[in-house]
Amino acid sequence: MDTVRQIRFIWKPLIFIASLVPFALVVGDLFQVTGSLGANPVEEIQDRFGYWGLRFILIALAVTPARTITDKQWLTRFRRMLGLFAFFYVLMHFLTWLILDQGLLLSAIGEDIFKRPFITIGFAAMLILLALTATSTTGVRRRLGKTWQKLHNWVYAAAILGVWHYWWQVKLDATDPAIYAAILALLLSYRFWQRRKRARQRTQTASA
Amino acid sequence: MLIKKPVDIRPSEITSKESYFNRRKFMQAAALAGGSIVAGDALPAIIPNEKRAKLEGIVPSEFSTDETPNSYDDVTTYNNYYEFGLRKDDPFRNSQEFKPRPWSIEVTGDAEVTGSFALEDFVNSQTLEERIYRLRCVEAWSMVIPWVGISLADVVKRFKPLSKAKYVVFETLLDRDQMPGQRSRSLRWPYVEGLTIAEATNPLPILAVGVFGEVLPNQNGAPLRLIVPWKYGFKSIKGIVRMHFTDKQPRTSWDLAASHEYGFYANVNPNVDHPRWSQARERRIGADQGGGFQSLFSASKQDTVMFNGYGEHVAHLYDGLDLKKNF
Repeated sequence: MDTVRQIRFIWKPLIFIASLVPFALVVGDLFQVTGSLGANPVEEIQDRFGYWGLRFILIALAVTPARTITDKQWLTRFRRMLGLFAFFYVLMHFLTWLILDQGLLLSAIGEDIFKRPFITIGFAAMLILLALTATSTTGVRRRLGKTWQKLHNWVYAAAILGVWHYWWQVKLDATDPAIYAAILALLLSYRFWQRRKRARQRTQTASA
Repeated sequence: MLIKKPVDIRPSEITSKESYFNRRKFMQAAALAGGSIVAGDALPAIIPNEKRAKLEGIVPSEFSTDETPNSYDDVTTYNNYYEFGLRKDDPFRNSQEFKPRPWSIEVTGDAEVTGSFALEDFVNSQTLEERIYRLRCVEAWSMVIPWVGISLADVVKRFKPLSKAKYVVFETLLDRDQMPGQRSRSLRWPYVEGLTIAEATNPLPILAVGVFGEVLPNQNGAPLRLIVPWKYGFKSIKGIVRMHFTDKQPRTSWDLAASHEYGFYANVNPNVDHPRWSQARERRIGADQGGGFQSLFSASKQDTVMFNGYGEHVAHLYDGLDLKKNF
């Protein structure tokens, strides 16, 4: 089998199933098969979906640097799926808050979104990911041409807002959000460095 | 260290273990014989040093709520006790080796009676009462917990605070070996909390030594913790080793960590939001132990009540005080 078919029929399905494991564990714990969600199941579910949303954003953002470093072009083929899983978990995090935490009480939901900055920025990050998900198909990508890349650069804003959202709501100890922030900073500064390198190469080629 | 007994307990008043048990037998016999036992005639508080040991001689309290208490698992595995870690299940997992004995409480400051007292002597002149109280955490969840403890007002009176004493300050044990959370600087250790003398002599607060009729588990603040049911849970300091009477309002641990978010009074108040979340509602957690979808919807949110529903007993303490400023 060639690489393209291997990716399509073996690796993609495997990564798809692996990406669903955190969700399956929530369901398994809810029905007390794989474990338990503890005394406050709603909070536990909301937290877990939030963590996985952030982790998948970071994993998706790690694809391009990994491709450049290893020179394995086929890595890009996983990027869209990983990004879609990021949106999936962020959406589940949002729905848990909306339905199970707030009980669909509109007054409380509106107040939280507009009065509480950490919820405002989390909500904004989700809307960005929603727009990126809606424009993720190959057809839309072709139609949008160069605009597509510009639009999808908003993923950086979503990532920053997401980590900020997490940092802002911890009660006291910011060690965990700081780890996420450090990984994100590393991924973003790698891109910045790459861009400068490319710009320099271009000027050298132009002057030669 | 010299360990004194409280001066108001004469050795002749201390009940020996034998007569304690004989007395119970006598009371049971009297009950069987149809004799009436006066509720006020209670046994001195004795706390066995043994996990989950039953406490004897507990009397019920008029202050108890008739709401259904949470399960033992909820109460003992979902805790905020940062001395043992920041996650809710950390206290349960990290406190099992903790040694709550020998234990003494140091009483200092503006009081006639001061000194260091062994835990046994500190509690045993008082009656153990069961107080089923609502607990409202500042994080907007709540439980109902059947505490066992002694009246704080009676404790305070025994030490005869001087008239200049306006506050009573409590401190938790400082022990980095036994309390792994104290190795990080999440809060300033030891944990400090305080009440005004008027609050401390209100009939509601207790010093708890048990829960569910048994000795207090380590993760719940063994061997001695405060319970102040109309204030957010963080006021109810655990593992108390010191009581200090003073004329100055103390800087508490949470005040030092984030004074704009956690005030000295910390009365449960649905009208004053935490800067980052609403306090108008709370989730009564653990309403369903069976798991499944029902457990997600049964734990829906309910409105938070001023002073956690204890207003008739405590609202007068804050007459004329702006509770928005003094949150």
